Amino acid sequence: MDAFLNQVFAGLANGGIYASVALALVMIYQATHHVNFAQGEMAMFSTYIAWSLINAGMPYWPAFFLTVAIAFVLGVLVERILVRPVEKAPVLSVVVVFIGLLVIFNSLAGWLYTYTIKVFPSPFPKEPLHWGDHFISAHQIGAVGVTLVVLALLYAFFRFTPLGLAMRAAAQNPESSRLVGIRVGWMLALGWGLASSIGAIAGMMVAPVVYLDPNMMSGILLYAFAAALVGGIDNPAGAVLGGFIIGVLENLLGAYVIGNELKLAFALVLIVGVLVVRPSGLFGRTLVTRV
Amino acid sequence: MTTASTTTAASNKPRVIGLAALLLAACALPFLVSNYHTFQLTLVLVYAIALLGLNILTGYNGQISLGHGAFYAIGAYVAAILMNSFDVPYWLTVPVAGVVCLAAGFLFGLPALRLEGLYLALATFALGVSMPPLLKYKHLEHWTGGVQGIVIMKPDPPFGLPVNADQWLYFFTLAVALVMFVLGWNLLRGRVGRSLIAIRDHPIAAEAMGVNNALYKALAFGVSALFTGVAGALGAIAVQFVAPDSFSYFLSITLLVGIVIGGLASISGAVYGAIFVQFVPNIADQISKAAPWAIYGVFLLGFMYLMPVGVAGAIRIGWARFRRRAAKRQSSEVVSARLKQPLI
Repeated sequence: MDAFLNQVFAGLANGGIYASVALALVMIYQATHHVNFAQGEMAMFSTYIAWSLINAGMPYWPAFFLTVAIAFVLGVLVERILVRPVEKAPVLSVVVVFIGLLVIFNSLAGWLYTYTIKVFPSPFPKEPLHWGDHFISAHQIGAVGVTLVVLALLYAFFRFTPLGLAMRAAAQNPESSRLVGIRVGWMLALGWGLASSIGAIAGMMVAPVVYLDPNMMSGILLYAFAAALVGGIDNPAGAVLGGFIIGVLENLLGAYVIGNELKLAFALVLIVGVLVVRPSGLFGRTLVTRV
Repeated sequence: MTTASTTTAASNKPRVIGLAALLLAACALPFLVSNYHTFQLTLVLVYAIALLGLNILTGYNGQISLGHGAFYAIGAYVAAILMNSFDVPYWLTVPVAGVVCLAAGFLFGLPALRLEGLYLALATFALGVSMPPLLKYKHLEHWTGGVQGIVIMKPDPPFGLPVNADQWLYFFTLAVALVMFVLGWNLLRGRVGRSLIAIRDHPIAAEAMGVNNALYKALAFGVSALFTGVAGALGAIAVQFVAPDSFSYFLSITLLVGIVIGGLASISGAVYGAIFVQFVPNIADQISKAAPWAIYGVFLLGFMYLMPVGVAGAIRIGWARFRRRAAKRQSSEVVSARLKQPLI
């Protein structure tokens, strides 16, 4: 039973990471109706920036917030310079641009920082917490906490601020938003910036666990994508819950049912099963299209 | 999505001549270049067949697939296992691989009917990701050779033909590719092709016109898998080796990139895409050894900025513009000639 609980907790901790990347995907999807395949690589690149800052002697938290700000600017720039020119192109062309971004960020990181694995510090205490007989590392709890804080902040931003309202409006009905004076193009750029920042936070939370290297996000992005879709791609809270579900599921399946080699495949098959029964995700709205 | 290309009967003659010239050039090429380049050209043909298959599904029918590498892998493994364990001659493995993939694609197409857009992308991606671990799976190792894969012998040219093994393989692939392209062209220009396009453009209207959406969508998956499976079998014979890690999800993404760069819903686009898929990574590697994939990414971005509807689409637009301009010049000449005529 103890081992089982430990597996669940480890799963929850991984789930927190999937949840935050899924959150970033949902953000971009809400703002632009695109799924950014380069999200994970942008997060990885931001984490390298944080690593450089910390290595240059900056304390953790200032480096953390500076990285979040840099990531925001990076996201806005990518939208303005690279994504905007293909705005009117067919969807699949945009997908190819994202794939292009993915390989560029990955390759650049490998070139600038080499492919050797680096240790990334955690802001949380080293010694594990006791809770009855269970040991949970402080970093795992911390990562989950950070994810929840980000979710709460996002909720507050979209629910209570005029800017958040404008962003939602721009995504939902660009024409009418333009008529009431919302600058739709900039709202898209802001959405990219926010998503990039969330990705950077996720990257800095995951790097202490999986170590920093240019390919650290590839598997995680996959789980995050799955989490976002299981939760419903238009529902941030659903995406977070989806992340936790997938984290736990993945760990339990790997430990008890099929072993490590097939766990990714099996998790995905399960997700497809869920989608076949509920095509818009567990918590997504069913889209009703007018004919 | 792009609009479908329609062939008009009037423009058929130069087209036939052009195709014949292209075929002649394709037959002459292996005698002009080295064996390694012949091998590369063989792979271009293999990719072209696979891309045509994916284009039938994604370009013509509007169902996105991020998992076509899986069908490619199935085709490759069917060919390899048949040759390795059952001593089946190599040319017989290609149709068998096609039939197996047709069945696999049709069966996968049935649950995929419920999914659209991103959700379909995830489902197919899951297929692509699950394939390598499945091929490595312990209990299948007897057939698949596990992580090590299977090595196949290169077939010798038959009937004492005066070509070497690489050249023979090229001609064999060229023949299969021709058959597949004629099949695909025939399928897409007729009733079936129009139904597929109708489903892509407006499923409800298609249904109202009497198209059996479910059947056609599942069939599109099957036929698309058939093409890709045939390509996989040919690819396995050409490379003489199959291993799980050569069929990672990156292959599926490469195939998707290929059809978008080549041009969606275009038969010739498959060839342009295949040339991109085969040669651009090499060019990128030559430009920068340090970060070849960054160069490759820049190529992707550049192609999408310059030709957002793919190479075939750009050629189509350019050709239409040229024709319009020529027609305008002609009509303005007629007008000016008329103006020069004395008014009675």
